[in-house]
Amino acid sequence: MAFGRGEEMKLGERAFKILLTFGIMAVFWILLSGIFDAFHLISGLICCAIVSVISYDLLVKGESEEKLLKSLRLLLYIPWELWQIVLANIDVAYRVLHPKMPIDPLIIEFETTLRKEFSLVTLANSITLTPGTITILVEPEKGKFWVHAIAKKPAAALLVDQTMQRKVANVFMET
Amino acid sequence: MVIVNGVVIALLGVGIFFLLVGSIGLLRFPDFYTRLHATGKCDTLGGGLIILGALIYHFFQYPETPLVPAKLAFLIFFIFMANPTATHALMKAAYKTGLKPWRLGEERR
Amino acid sequence: MITVFWVTILLIAVTMGLSLYRGVAGPGVFNRVAAVNIIGTKTIALLVVMGYYFERPYFFDIALLYAMINFIGTLIFAKYLERGELWS
Repeated sequence: MAFGRGEEMKLGERAFKILLTFGIMAVFWILLSGIFDAFHLISGLICCAIVSVISYDLLVKGESEEKLLKSLRLLLYIPWELWQIVLANIDVAYRVLHPKMPIDPLIIEFETTLRKEFSLVTLANSITLTPGTITILVEPEKGKFWVHAIAKKPAAALLVDQTMQRKVANVFMET
Repeated sequence: MVIVNGVVIALLGVGIFFLLVGSIGLLRFPDFYTRLHATGKCDTLGGGLIILGALIYHFFQYPETPLVPAKLAFLIFFIFMANPTATHALMKAAYKTGLKPWRLGEERR
Repeated sequence: MITVFWVTILLIAVTMGLSLYRGVAGPGVFNRVAAVNIIGTKTIALLVVMGYYFERPYFFDIALLYAMINFIGTLIFAKYLERGELWS
């Protein structure tokens, strides 16, 4: 394992990453312990500080512009996804409980314009959670997805309409 | 208090319905890939709804400990992130080692 | 309300029994790994409801820990089945 970093980060960037990691870990410490003693709080903050100085690189990777706008758009994307999850499960329940079991599985592949790691992961998770499709393979260089669909209608919704790709590209501003 | 009890019972009921559908799908479907469809989607939502019902019950019954609903909310978020990733990892492993998917008209496996 | 939790626990145990059949009789190793993952997810919901039935608040921490262990276990299984070895 090599511990070298590719290029030097600016001081402001590094400080922001350390503070973000420290903030996330402090929130988790307080959430999971529930004790607001002076001793526990101070020892927790010291532990969070040591861990975040050593390994801030693992949690916050890469660089991105306009983080605030992307976070806001991500928060607005979540209710639509929750509604799609409910629709997906009603669809699967209909296919399971029907006495003739109308399934017709097939494997499709398509390309997208997303290249960054976080947007590919969000799209793959959304495809797995929505009606009738599961991601099989992702190729990060060209943005290709292999998807297993359970019937022709969900496959057509993903291949022809392309609503989900447009929404995720809108959240991450087409990266 | 009666309204809260009714909402909690409704959420628990719907959650158990989806868990049952997931298990019946695991038994009925003819192939590994289609079985992952049934369980990877229904199980996530069913478990999430049951824990959501317990969260609402705790929020109204024991209002002096507000940190426990936050812990349960994090558990729901973790299940929604972790289960699809595990499903995708299993399906990728099966695809790369050559398991053939099922087409309409073949026999069960 | 306690009887509602008791009925919930019973029904979750019934669904676990249904999944166990696929874990025993599934042809090949992939069906069995999927069944174990599903039983693990149902265990998390079962632990949370049990925490309310027995009125012990420490079951939620156990549920959180087991969710992480189940996730990592399934990922390690998938990695081993795909590559044939764990370390390169």
